[in-house]
Amino acid sequence: MSQPRLMQGNEACVEGALEAGLQFFAGYPITPSTEIAELLADRLPRVGGFFIQMEDEIASMAAVIGASLAGMRAMTATSGPGFSLKQENLGYAAITETPCVVVNVQRVGPSTGMPTSPAQGDVMQARWGTHGDHPVVVLTPSSVLETYTLTAKAFAIADELRVPVILLTDEITGHMRERVLLPDPGTIPRSRRPRAGQAPPDIPPMEHFGEGRRVMVTGLYHDSTGFWTESREEADRLVRRLAGKVESRREQLTMVDRWHLDDAQVVVVAYGCVARSAQRAVHLARERGHRVGMLRLSCLWPFPRHEIEAIAERVDRIVVPEMNLGQMVGEVERAACGRCKVIGYNRVDTELIRPEELLPVLEGV
Amino acid sequence: MRFLRRENLPHIWCVGCGHGIVLGAVARAMEKAGVDQDRTVVVSGIGCSSRAVGYLSMDALHTTHGRALAFATGIKLARPDLRVVVLAGDGDLAAIGGNHLIHAARRNIGITTVCFNNGIYGMTSGQYSPLTPAGYRTTTSPFGHLERDFDLCRLVQAAGATYVARSTAYHVHQTITYITRALNHDGFSFVEVFSPCPTYFGRFNRMADPVKMMQWLHDGTVQAGQAARMTPEELRGRVVIGEFHRTQEVPEYARSYREMIARLAEGGDHGAG
Repeated sequence: MSQPRLMQGNEACVEGALEAGLQFFAGYPITPSTEIAELLADRLPRVGGFFIQMEDEIASMAAVIGASLAGMRAMTATSGPGFSLKQENLGYAAITETPCVVVNVQRVGPSTGMPTSPAQGDVMQARWGTHGDHPVVVLTPSSVLETYTLTAKAFAIADELRVPVILLTDEITGHMRERVLLPDPGTIPRSRRPRAGQAPPDIPPMEHFGEGRRVMVTGLYHDSTGFWTESREEADRLVRRLAGKVESRREQLTMVDRWHLDDAQVVVVAYGCVARSAQRAVHLARERGHRVGMLRLSCLWPFPRHEIEAIAERVDRIVVPEMNLGQMVGEVERAACGRCKVIGYNRVDTELIRPEELLPVLEGV
Repeated sequence: MRFLRRENLPHIWCVGCGHGIVLGAVARAMEKAGVDQDRTVVVSGIGCSSRAVGYLSMDALHTTHGRALAFATGIKLARPDLRVVVLAGDGDLAAIGGNHLIHAARRNIGITTVCFNNGIYGMTSGQYSPLTPAGYRTTTSPFGHLERDFDLCRLVQAAGATYVARSTAYHVHQTITYITRALNHDGFSFVEVFSPCPTYFGRFNRMADPVKMMQWLHDGTVQAGQAARMTPEELRGRVVIGEFHRTQEVPEYARSYREMIARLAEGGDHGAG
């Protein structure tokens, strides 16, 4: 039986990854993600895995893809500026259907911003940072324990769907310490990649280097043999299949917590560190007799459109607090589609949004 | 030839391009080195030379521009039992990928790198690269190139590569010999091969005829042994080819890491220091 431990979010990410069977980590130091690399440098070789500090962020992403194609569960961790540098190779992972996990412990931007301060500015970068149309899965934990569970979940999704999965955490969730009771070791099932004979119709079976299959992998549009092609039909089929394999699993990938939604007139939609404050604000508003509910998102992309649609049908207002100038709020508006009012509440001064400041917004003052 | 993926031929290269010769030399060297094609991964970046991996019958990875060595590092660490070969152009390796090149050499990771050096960016139609010799004309140096070119062999040797050689598409047998030795080398091995590009390099420098470019490779090069007896004046404007460096005294990185894992499994803690 596991004992309760006091643990940091970044530490929980490491524990979750190791429990999920992480075998390879390549990274480049960047605040506020570095604890992940430091811990894995120590832990991975002890369990027969590999840690390498590459010469830059781009190389880290490349090495992760190489190791994954050679059969390993592979991960990297970074923050906003490093995440920007990884984008080209993230697109490469998407088109080559290479499973991998990329952790982005968000900090303030643009540019170097304030390196040790929190923000939620990379929501759209996570979705659209690389060029072209491509699938993406983005998970966002709000607590230390959830950082553990979502890191492990990220490997499962990455392997099953053959997609890069982004764990979008933030400086607060990454650095705060909480008492957590981790699941017993060995309770997380090892993720599996679709292999020949077991792959669903829309995902090609994964063949690793060194298995004698003489695999061809390219970032160019390619046909089913993996060889580059200039056929318009093949190009169209490839891009639509890539997008479709995630889109068609939107409902399965939806991960939300619902609080007091049944009678709510006002609903808060929140994610990451801000969801903690929002939950408290909802509690306070309830105590004061307001019919306020909350939807917490643990998977930002694919966006839980149908959840928002259903809520927008029956509430007056949706409030979206974010530590950016309004990124997810646009997506909520798109889903609400005029059925109710959608209001953003934003801070970009590196301070966490506090429950007390949300109260008047929820109460409609 | 069993190392070629015949179904993917014909190749995309221009008439007179040296890349087919270099690819042929790689395939022949693989034959001589006894390469197991089911346990070999060829990795490339972007550009004309990067397409070479698509014509080799083995695991092949065609990556992003400049990043071949970074991808290859992940593969080699994950599967040190596999032979990992990087085939990349001069722009790919020395410009956008310059950092990866020096660090792969510094780590002495067991990757064989063959640099297809045509001194130009071919696929984007003829801009200067870090290996364009000073004075030559390209689409982005129409008045003659002002920058000096890298001596890539000296660069990677200084960075820590443990096998370093240079040859040309004209000196095919020498090229095959060097690549064979590089493939059999334990550590980071680097072979630079001059490859003529009559279409873009030649056309802007009065060598549009492939034969003229071959003549240029012949006249403009000098063997290392002979160069040692020549004065700096005699060597000016000529490129020295030969085997420059070969040592097995530096531990190969992927193996060192495996040894550390084994030490830790036995309860040992730290390595040197």
